[in-house]
Amino acid sequence: MNLTLKIWRQKSRKDKGGFVEYKVSEISGHMSFLEMMDVLNEELIAKNEEPVVFDHDCREGICGSCSMFINGEAHGPDRGVTTCQLHMRKFKDGDKITIEPFRAKAFPVIKDLMVDRSSFDRIQQAGGYISVNTSGRPTDANSILIPKEDADLAMDAATCIGCGACVATCKNSSAMLFVGAKVSQYALLPQGKVEEKERVRNMVAQMDLEGFGACTNTGACEVECPKGISLDNIARMNRGFIGSWLLGE
Amino acid sequence: MSNFFSSSIGRKVTMSLSAIFLMTFLILHVTVNFTSVFSEDLYNSLSHFMGTNLLVQFILQPILIFGVVFHFVMGFILESKNRSSRGVNYAQYEGKNNSSWMSRNMVYSGLVILAFLAIHFIDFWLPELNTKYIQGDMSGMHDGAFRYYDELSHKFQPLWRVIGYCVSFILLSLHLFHGFSSSLQSLGIAASRKKLLKTIGQVYAIIIPLGFIIVAIYHYAIH
Repeated sequence: MNLTLKIWRQKSRKDKGGFVEYKVSEISGHMSFLEMMDVLNEELIAKNEEPVVFDHDCREGICGSCSMFINGEAHGPDRGVTTCQLHMRKFKDGDKITIEPFRAKAFPVIKDLMVDRSSFDRIQQAGGYISVNTSGRPTDANSILIPKEDADLAMDAATCIGCGACVATCKNSSAMLFVGAKVSQYALLPQGKVEEKERVRNMVAQMDLEGFGACTNTGACEVECPKGISLDNIARMNRGFIGSWLLGE
Repeated sequence: MSNFFSSSIGRKVTMSLSAIFLMTFLILHVTVNFTSVFSEDLYNSLSHFMGTNLLVQFILQPILIFGVVFHFVMGFILESKNRSSRGVNYAQYEGKNNSSWMSRNMVYSGLVILAFLAIHFIDFWLPELNTKYIQGDMSGMHDGAFRYYDELSHKFQPLWRVIGYCVSFILLSLHLFHGFSSSLQSLGIAASRKKLLKTIGQVYAIIIPLGFIIVAIYHYAIH
């Protein structure tokens, strides 16, 4: 198929940036979106032009690196997939595709479609872990019994790959689905419960510090999340946060 | 505790609590209004009680006004902060593909409700304050009979007012459709009860505004 791509080009963080249109031809429906971008970049390099910069790594929906906002939706029009898993068969011959970087003040553009998502790293560093003393006499993890339901919910939350689609999609640029998932994956397990209160307080404080908006429960993040992270995780985070203040340390 | 109220979740919680308070008040308001459809005397008695009872007038009414003002002010603060969190807007944003119109436009339905409240205060509340606390007439009487039913009925004579009233309550319904479940989600209500609470919220969002609309149409129709 032949396509017109309207791509956001921005030289640096400080550059104003703008859209540039490109034509690509003979794109196979079996290609992934990133492979289509590779074709464009090869053509640009052959013409001695600057290739379009975009994030990518594993290209199998695990790493959370790819981050494009395609035709008005994070990771494009398909559901439950990242941009690297999005197939070109989702588009039609002659389509004009608008490609933008994930937009949020807390995700500043580095170049073209690549954004700085280190704000997520700092939120994780604020409490997204459990403290384990390495005494040399560790208890076998399997000796702590965990209900299957809790283990499943924790695992569901832990599937968040931190791609930032929730932030990009949310009309408020809220990171609460991400933080809710990271809080939940520990709060549901006995090992994580120990530091539950300070974890949720610290992670929410860092989230606010980074300049993300507040959730208004539109549910858009849940729909666009490539891993199907549930809004229930936000409710659990809210519950934990309120509880941490009501019950104290 | 100051950190709680300045945090994003803390603000959401206060927004939710004020919303739940206002939703509870709406049940009371529509119940009193609806009595006018089947009993003039009962409506007059209830209105007189509400208008002269010291607890209602000097404790509950100021709390209600605080709740209304707080909900609007906090709503606009959150909206303003949320808008500034985007930085650069998208050239193409397909919100309709992943969320409801109601959920994305709470600020606009809220603005219509705010405009309605301003008119409502000018229509009912300010004249009531003038009669009771400036003119000092606490009797609730006019020409030897209770005035409340006649005042209500009189307000719904012009068609434009009835239409404006109905449109405002349709917007309130849309606001409540999202607001009810959203307020509970912000308070972290357990997921296991989410479906039931969502259904209750949808029923509430239809029944309450519909009650107000029926009262307006009834009084327009019978005169």
